[in-house]
Amino acid sequence: MTPGGGGPMKDCEYSQISTHSSSPMESPHKKKKIAARRKWEVFPGRNKFFCNGRIMMARQTGVFYLTLVLILVTSGLFFAFDCPYLAVKITPAIPVVGGILFFFVMGTLLRTSFSDPGVLPRATPDEAADLERQIGNAEDIANGTSSGGYRPPPRTREVIINGQTVKLKYCFTCKIFRPPRASHCSLCDNCVERFDHHCPWVGNCVGKRNYRFFYMFILSLSFLTVFIFAFVITHVILRSQQTGFLNALKDSPASVLEAVVCFFSVWSIVGLSGFHTYLISSNQTTNEDIKGSWSNKRGKENYNPYSYGNIITNCCAALCGPISPSLIDRRGFIQPDTPQPAAPTNGITMYGATQSQSNMCDQDQCIQSTKFVLQAAATPLLQSEPSLTSEELPLPGKTTLGTPCATLSLGQPTPPSSMPNLTSETVLTDMIPLKEEHDGHQFLTPEEAPSPPGMLSTGSPITHSHTLHVLSLASQDSLHEDSVRGLVKLSSV
Amino acid sequence: MATEQKPCLLIEFVVSLEGHNLQELRRSASLATKVFVQRDYSDGTICQFQTKFPPELDSRIERQLFEETVKTLNNFYAEAEKIGGSSYLEGCLACATAYFIFLCMETHYEKVLKKISRYIQEQNEKIFAPRGLLLTDPVERGMRVIEISIYEDRCSSGSASSGSSSSSGSSSGGGGGAGGR
Repeated sequence: MTPGGGGPMKDCEYSQISTHSSSPMESPHKKKKIAARRKWEVFPGRNKFFCNGRIMMARQTGVFYLTLVLILVTSGLFFAFDCPYLAVKITPAIPVVGGILFFFVMGTLLRTSFSDPGVLPRATPDEAADLERQIGNAEDIANGTSSGGYRPPPRTREVIINGQTVKLKYCFTCKIFRPPRASHCSLCDNCVERFDHHCPWVGNCVGKRNYRFFYMFILSLSFLTVFIFAFVITHVILRSQQTGFLNALKDSPASVLEAVVCFFSVWSIVGLSGFHTYLISSNQTTNEDIKGSWSNKRGKENYNPYSYGNIITNCCAALCGPISPSLIDRRGFIQPDTPQPAAPTNGITMYGATQSQSNMCDQDQCIQSTKFVLQAAATPLLQSEPSLTSEELPLPGKTTLGTPCATLSLGQPTPPSSMPNLTSETVLTDMIPLKEEHDGHQFLTPEEAPSPPGMLSTGSPITHSHTLHVLSLASQDSLHEDSVRGLVKLSSV
Repeated sequence: MATEQKPCLLIEFVVSLEGHNLQELRRSASLATKVFVQRDYSDGTICQFQTKFPPELDSRIERQLFEETVKTLNNFYAEAEKIGGSSYLEGCLACATAYFIFLCMETHYEKVLKKISRYIQEQNEKIFAPRGLLLTDPVERGMRVIEISIYEDRCSSGSASSGSSSSSGSSSGGGGGAGGR
């Protein structure tokens, strides 16, 4: 190929390149279209996104709307029907305090529901391959020659945290070793850091990033419920002192509805707040408490390695600690793919080129480089995000999600002291990785947390068959690679 | 004549590209392998990376330089996640405003992450790129790993010759082209 000069490139040479990637004519459009996509559009988990990726929720949000409706309607009725009377009769501070509580409840609810709970992004294919290799090596060393029918050892790593041995489990879906306290939510199909539970009432997982919002929500909601309940009762009593009980009820029928809703809510919400206060003060997650990971029943030497020792520090750490930013970068644009492994075909080196390389070759490659680089700059490479297709059986837990909620009555007072009974029945063994995986998937509604073991979905078998299809572009033109190699050479000058 | 314009064109292009950072190049360049430095959970869930020196880097970078980089990163992350007076203040203030303040304010953690990414870019430019390596900011990998891309190094003569040889290569390429004609 003769040097064509710095002038306009021949179309036929471009078309040769285009067969490997895409034609330069249509690629600007295609690439523009693809480049304009944001990462949330290709997010592998089962989440719903709104407002162009700003809002992130679980897939099933029906119960969340119910929560919203309950809170809005009850508060609305309170402000409309009870507050006028009470403001006049007692003090106008009542609607003011009620208003402040209401806004706080709504603010924290929306923050809990819409924010990223601490989802761990899935491993890139390189990382996954590296881990698989490491695990494979470890298995080979451990097994020697594996006999037929012998199950490979569970993919776990042990780490000593604060004197306590903690097992890190390998997540088959996300292809990572889960950090301590992380768990995979089967409903959202994501690994979540410091996974507490999946709450259908807020329509999202509760994890590291939104636990404090969740706690503030249930705390303020319990205050609001108690507040409304108390003042509705006061209202009815005051009225009935004037006009008699039945007349009072007739005058303000809304109060009856509010009282009923609040009565049933108070038990569960206040109970839940108490439970989470206990969890915060001992620096445990609901998940750990249910499993009894740090319970004394497991052994005398068992203690919580994450606890700071005293209640105040634990509370402060959970509620006032730093908030880590979202790791999934939902609104970021999808970048062109990472470089492919090199296919060495010619003598051009990237670093440390020596004079022994043929000058003609260099020159030719430089020329090719120019063309290719210009093209590359104008038309960024197609992204080749791997599509992880993990085939999972539809989770029975998912379909029965509605039923536990529907059948659940709001009044379920069960103090946290019942938890130890629960934990002894759900003690896990680390023998079967799938079972481990599955147990990590359990979800809890806030009302289910104190309820008997029958409510937990421990019976549903979950099998994962994962197929990883790594879509990579057709192997790049090696000259194309060299073009930018030449470029990098120059840039390192 | 025309061939002498080639290096100019390339250099111009490089100059224009130097506005972009090394990450642009990384995407298009060819790489040999990647090394992953995993998280170190021995101190709990705080963000820390293992300072164990990966054997693949043995020939590419000095052990001490690498460990120093990782230790500095660990210190940055410790600073971001520090639970102390200022973080309490931030947390209480945020709580008092029903967390609406996060709509306009950047958290301390985010500020430190920006510092970290500047540090990593600086390290890449000064230390790693000349050795044919490239660090990826852990935040782009979900804080799971520090990904170190190792670019292929055909010639083991080291990177010191790259600067002189590339410039001489391009100029001799031009000369060779002219001679070839």
